[in-house]
Formats: sequence, C-alpha cells, structure tokens
Amino acid sequence: MVNRFKENIKKKSYSDSIFDNVMISVIRIISFLLIIIFVLILGKIFYEGIEVINWNFLTGIPKSNISKGGIGPAIFGTMAVSIIMLILAVPVGIFSAIYINEFAKDTFWLRLIRASVNSLAGVPSIVIGLFGFGFFVLFIGKSIDNILKTGMLFGQPAIIWASATLAVLVLPTIIVTTTEALNSIPLTFRQASLGLGASKWQTIRYIILPQARSGILTGVILALSRSIGETAPIMFLGCAFFLPNLPLAHLDLSIIQIPIINPADQFMHLAYHIFILATQSSNPTLTAPFQYGTTLVLVLITLLLNLTAIIFRFRFRKIIEVVKRNQ
Amino acid sequence: MTKKYHSSYAKKRTFKSTLVEKAVKYFFFLNGMISVLFLLLIFLFLFKEAISAINNIGITEFFKNIEWYPTSENSRYSIIPLILGTLLTAIPATIISSLLGITLGIYLSEIASGKTREIIKPFIEIFAGLPTVVIGFLMLAVGSTYFQELFNTGTRLNALLAAFGLSIILIPTISSLTEDALRAVPNNLRMASYALGINKFAMIKNVVIPAAISGVSAGIILGFGRAIGETMIVLMVSGNAAELTLNILHSVRTITATIAGELGEVAIGSPHYYALFFIGTFLLIITFIINLISELIIERMRKKLNKMN
Repeated sequence: MVNRFKENIKKKSYSDSIFDNVMISVIRIISFLLIIIFVLILGKIFYEGIEVINWNFLTGIPKSNISKGGIGPAIFGTMAVSIIMLILAVPVGIFSAIYINEFAKDTFWLRLIRASVNSLAGVPSIVIGLFGFGFFVLFIGKSIDNILKTGMLFGQPAIIWASATLAVLVLPTIIVTTTEALNSIPLTFRQASLGLGASKWQTIRYIILPQARSGILTGVILALSRSIGETAPIMFLGCAFFLPNLPLAHLDLSIIQIPIINPADQFMHLAYHIFILATQSSNPTLTAPFQYGTTLVLVLITLLLNLTAIIFRFRFRKIIEVVKRNQ
Repeated sequence: MTKKYHSSYAKKRTFKSTLVEKAVKYFFFLNGMISVLFLLLIFLFLFKEAISAINNIGITEFFKNIEWYPTSENSRYSIIPLILGTLLTAIPATIISSLLGITLGIYLSEIASGKTREIIKPFIEIFAGLPTVVIGFLMLAVGSTYFQELFNTGTRLNALLAAFGLSIILIPTISSLTEDALRAVPNNLRMASYALGINKFAMIKNVVIPAAISGVSAGIILGFGRAIGETMIVLMVSGNAAELTLNILHSVRTITATIAGELGEVAIGSPHYYALFFIGTFLLIITFIINLISELIIERMRKKLNKMN
C-alpha cells in the first residue's frame, strides 16, 4: 500500500517534470524565434540597402522621379530639423528635471508637473502633429506674420515649426531620463557641497551636473533618435516630397556670407522620404533599391544613436556604482 | 528624501545671494511648468477646434451615420467606421504581441542566463527604437505578398497585416515591461516555492506571474494605447478604405491614418478640417484614459510589492 503510494508520487512528479521541461523549452523556442525574426528584419534591410549606398547616394540630389541621384537633401533636412529641435528642447528639459529633482518639495506643483510629463509622454505623435499644425503654424506663425507684416513667411509649414513640434514630443523623454540621472547621484554629494558653504546653485552647477553628464547625454541621444524616426507629426509641417535646394539662408556680414539653416523654409526628411518612396512611387520595382538604401541610412542612424545611448547609460551606472561602493 | 539641509548657515547669507538663489529657483520652476503649459495647450487647442466641429457639423452627425466621406458633395463625417478600423487593427495586434511579448519577458527574467540576457536585452531595446515608418515600409514591400499567400486574403493590404506590423513594435515594449514586473517580484518567493518541491514552469505560472500580474497587465494596456496611437504602420498597410466591416481580412481605415492622410489636403477652416480635429480630440481622450488606467495599475503594484518586501 505504502509502496504503491510512493510509486504514484514518482509517476506524477515524473510526468510533471516532463511537462515542465516541455513548457520551458516552448518559452525558449518562441523567444529565440522572435529574436531570429528581429535579426532577419534588420538583415533584410542591410542586405538590400548596402548595395546602393555610396558617396553619390549620400550626398547627391534626387533625379528623374527619385529613381536616380541621391538623398543628400533628405539627410541635410533631417539634421537641420533635429539640430533646431535639440536647441529648443534640451535646455528646457534639463532645467525641468533640475527643478523636479533638486528644488521641488512634495507639493501640488511637483505632482502637477510629474503628472503632466507622464501624460505628455502618452499623447499619440499624430495628435502632437495636429496640435503643432494648428497651434504653431496657424496660430503662432500667422500672428507673427500679422505683427511683423511679413506676409506668408511664418504662417506656413516650415523647419522651425516641425522642430518645435518634435521638441514638444521629445520633452518628456529628456525630462524623465535627466531626472533619473540626477536622482541617482548620492545625497551625500549634495550635503558635502552645501556643508562646505556652496550655495544650491553652485552645488548643482559644479557638483551634480558634471556627475550626471553621461546620464543626461543618454536622454538627449534617445530624444534625438526618437525625433529622427518620427514621421507622422512632421508630415504636414513642411516636409517636402522633392526639394533639390538645401533650406539655407545666407547671413550677410558684408565681408563674408555665412550659410545658416533657414528656419522658415521647407525641407526634405529621411523618414518622410521613405514613406513617399514606399507609397507614392510610380514604379515600385525601379525605386526599390533606393527605398532600401534610404531605409538603411535611417536605420543605421537610429541604431547607432540608440547604441550610443545604451553605452552611455552603462557607463553612467558603472560610475554611480563605484561612487556608492566607495562611501 | 530629505531636502532640509542648510538651515543655520543659510540665514547668514547676504541679501543679494539669497535673491540670486531665489531667482534661480523660479527660473527652474518656470522651465518645469513648460510641460504643464504644453499639455494644457494641447487639450485647450484640440477642444476648441472640436467644439467648432460640433458647431459646424453637429455632434449627432459623427455618431449617427456609418460613413466617412468628407470630400464628396454630400459629405458625411461618421467616426464609427474609423473607430471600428482602429479596434480591428489594435486588438489583434495587442493579442499577438501580448502572447509573444510576455513569453519573451518570462524568458528574459526567469529562464535566460545572465550572459544571454545581457546580449538580448540591449538588442531588443535597440529594436524598440526602430522608426515605425521602416516597419511600415517592410510590411508593404515584403510582408504583404507573403501574408496574402499565407492567409489567402482578397485585398493585399488589410487589418491583419497592419496588426502584424504593429505587433513588431509592441513586442519589445510589452516584453521589457513584463520583464521589469517579473524582476520586481522578490526572490524569496521563488526560493520558497522551490523549497516546497515545485517545478520551474509551475513556479512561474503559479507564483511569479500572479505576483506580477498588475505590472504585466499594465504593459498590455500600455501596448494597446500605443497600438491605437500608432500612425505610420496603419497608414501604409491597412489599406485605408473607410468601410464598415468586422472582417479582419478587409481593408480598414484608422483614426490616426485618417488624420495623417487628409490633413495635408484639407482647406483650413472647412468642416472637414474641424472634423479632423474632432477625431483627433477623440483619440487624445481615449489614449489619455488608457494611460491613466495603466499608471494606476503600476502604482498599485508598486505599493503591493513594497508591502511584500
């Protein structure tokens, strides 16, 4: 009787462990398959795209219905929009994070700001684009034109409005990552600095910000990568299908002329270029290599940016670990 | 966190330096308020235009009809087919990516060795940063033909294809949220169940997942919110036919794709223009509620896990 009971337990646990092993293997296999699919997707882009990429492709202007030439203006336009976006978003983002982590006490204002940042991060990008079109272009832009009597200079989609809209989009990313970076700096640093008689601002400027540098950079790079990949909000904010001239203005200093980005101009953009090539090409087979080439350029830029961000974050965590261990 | 350092020496400061410190504080405060300002502006601005839409077209028009024909002579602005289209892409996408994403999250948290995780995790993170227009392009150029043969669909572009495209971007999100939730489960729970002689899969199923269920479900809800708000993939591969259908193999048109596709050509100030703002406002409210729910769930989980520790 007892023996039979023991046998039963053995049998049960044996079949149990088979079932267990099978399920664990199923999880393993599904995960590996997913990773393989991800690798295949990237591999397909690399394999097809690498053939077209050369110097002419990267710098040339699109020719004969975009089946020849290059994507130079699109790369330039992407850079121009991103640079202005960073100028608009990074200082505000970092200052907000400093307020949240260094100044704010747990009050109504802090909770309001935190809740707003979280909600802003959840707004769909197309809604932000809709807002950018209605608010920046039609409201702000038209108002500037009315006041300065510049006709239709600002009241139309342009680089500056695309950048401003993308800045609203990435602001939460910068704030959240910077707040995290500042928060991981040990409290003792602040106490030591304040104890030596430094003011709060001096503590932030000379102690906290230098320590948090790579953490803050992570946020900036992530924001940059996100803004480069976003297509929906800029579609109606001055993106042009075909624009052979670079959106440049010349700053006249009477002796020399310095070319600068003209913020009131329209622009070409890599992500939008891919969208147009994929959906509105009159001859898809003819433009296919170009589509893959453009896609590869965009993918490479975002992958490299994300990789840099991950490396920076890794380094930042290492630094903080060392600091904490030494205490 | 204590922020009450300096009390005695602060009094000794000169008047001028405290003034500077105060100015610095208000400067940072104003910067912090910019996010609040823009959130408010987004809501105010969209609501304002949505109200114009209601005044111009009438609220019943949006829900009474079943057709979205904004450019025809007898223009009709029903949001119903757009809502159906959005759900028809977002729900299958959420189901597919929850099943696969949670599996991947379990693998990363419970099964993979430390080294494997260190390689796979950054890779998934990088993949999550891939521009959605790239996924849309690949689904259009490569995926559509395969899927048409596989599922024998009538139209090359349909809701199912869009759902698969959406899944590719949702899986990394859901899997990393699942992994975070599972790793937040205290290790002594696992050790205690092993000590009782339980197998690994049974342990995961009966102990770890129930403990982390709110975090996992928050991930699913966030994924659903992202699927609803995603534009490029659905714009490129859902087919964009605003028909009233429940068939997942038909072309559909989502709210986001409608805004993206039509705002460029609309006459500013026309009923059509306001109608687009109306559906945009609708989308904003829905995603806002979804995000709020998932945040509440995560907050509750944090409290529960704090008690456990």
